[in-house]
Amino acid sequence: MTVAARERTGFVVYGLLLAVVVASIFPLYWSFVVSSKDNSALGETTPPLVPGGNLIENVERVFGTVDFWLAMQNSLIVAGTVTVSNVLLSSMAGFAFARLRFPGRDSLFLVVIGTAMVPAQLGVIPLYLVVGELGWYGRLEAVIVPGLVGAFSVFWMRQACEEAIPGELLDAGRVDGCSTVRLFWNVAMPAIRPQAAVLGMLTFMTAWNDFFWPLIVLDPNAHPTVQVALSRLASGYFTDYSLMLTAATIGVLPVVGLFIVLARKVVDGVMRGAPRG
Amino acid sequence: MKRTGERLAGYLMTAPFYVLFGVFGLFPLLYTAWVALHHWHLVNGDTGFAGLDNFGVLLQDPHFYNALFNTVSIFVLSTVPQLFAALGLAALLDRPLRARTLWRASVLLPNVVSVVAVALVFSQLFAEDYGVVNWALGLVGLDPVDWRSDRFASHVAVSAMVMWRWTGYNALLYLAAMQSVPQERYDAAMLDGASRWRSFWSITVPAIRPTIAFTVVVSTIGGLQLFAEPQLLDETGVNGTGGADRQFQTLAMYLYEKGFGEFDAGYAAAIAWVLFLFSAVFALVNFSLVRRMRGGE
Repeated sequence: MTVAARERTGFVVYGLLLAVVVASIFPLYWSFVVSSKDNSALGETTPPLVPGGNLIENVERVFGTVDFWLAMQNSLIVAGTVTVSNVLLSSMAGFAFARLRFPGRDSLFLVVIGTAMVPAQLGVIPLYLVVGELGWYGRLEAVIVPGLVGAFSVFWMRQACEEAIPGELLDAGRVDGCSTVRLFWNVAMPAIRPQAAVLGMLTFMTAWNDFFWPLIVLDPNAHPTVQVALSRLASGYFTDYSLMLTAATIGVLPVVGLFIVLARKVVDGVMRGAPRG
Repeated sequence: MKRTGERLAGYLMTAPFYVLFGVFGLFPLLYTAWVALHHWHLVNGDTGFAGLDNFGVLLQDPHFYNALFNTVSIFVLSTVPQLFAALGLAALLDRPLRARTLWRASVLLPNVVSVVAVALVFSQLFAEDYGVVNWALGLVGLDPVDWRSDRFASHVAVSAMVMWRWTGYNALLYLAAMQSVPQERYDAAMLDGASRWRSFWSITVPAIRPTIAFTVVVSTIGGLQLFAEPQLLDETGVNGTGGADRQFQTLAMYLYEKGFGEFDAGYAAAIAWVLFLFSAVFALVNFSLVRRMRGGE
């Protein structure tokens, strides 16, 4: 806390914060309002600001127009697999980078940090060619496998292993003759579980929301993810806005729901990600 | 004996990462350079060495300069106000508040919404005829704006989406940094009679400079990659041209149009390289600007 610690926080501060929160929530609320309205309500001179009674009908129309169940299922498969894999493989790699000594370790880790700063779009053409060589065009593997590990995940778990695992505990385990694998599984993993959970949430959200790469490599008609299916709804074939925003609302629900349940952890995770002087 | 065991375990535990990261992360990044030096059709493959031809054509391509201008314009319009807003928001959140977590979570909420959903909702908010924004402008007696056709207005609309999604996130990063500023510095400033405004600019901001530099670099890289927001603002479809006159086509959209619309992989790879160089130069310039920034004195 800063200067203000001694003064009571006044109405002005709460008023300003409330304005920010309203601005943060309004687009989502409005999207929900439109999903509960007949499409013609959008053509009125005053935009609709309170929900109507067409929600169920619009939801049915979404599932009748595109195979949104399939899209949701695909997104769940992709985001779920990517999350489990990132947490597991990055914990292993992070532990090795932080706590084991082997030749090549530091130089490889530098490469990891370096590539984390490079825009993903730089490699998108060759990645497309690689995926093609493997015969994965249009298939979920094309989205899943390249996402199984990430530079950010490894960076995050290495940090966790440096901070959260007591060195004495590792040494004690070594003296007792524990194998490295057991040290990792029985000593390190329990200690870094909170950071692993936060990484899992952040990874799931990122994977669920990913757009550029799935749009390129997936077939929007056969096997889309939610985001690709949404973009198809918006792409000129339909100008049905209540349909579009109903789909957008449905597509946002899993992640917003997850966020609401785990808000405190996500907030802490984001704040912990900030570098300090 | 023990050392070899540790070595072996080190390699085995990092092996899945080495392999996947090598094939799907590092290799594509490096191979882009090779593709950019060739005439390369996305489907038919390598059709001959090109040297620097792709780059030569790119430097005389008006669509490239158009996309470059749009990208920089949208980047400036979204990042500069966003980071100042985040700074102000962080200062508010740094006060002793009731229901602290609720406020923090509320400002972070936009960040978890998918960029596609954001783009769809905002496209409707910014619709010319029946959009909420034009309706609100009408309430205060202003003329409706054509948010898609007008170049500047479309950049503002895209920037609004970016700001909405990222301001709260950056505010939380600043808040985290502000909380580790020692209280004594504020006490000393207060004894010297400094106003709250003054101590914010002379103590808080200089103290969190590393975090500001970090957000500037990350926003630079993210801003120059902007794709989904402008792509979905375009009602004419998802071919990546960014409006009838390419008024809001970004570099990432141009890369998409050339590589995956026209299958010119060599040219798209050249665009990718230029995009990368700009990100690097921009990030470095911005970083050093923030580094040089000093407190009030």
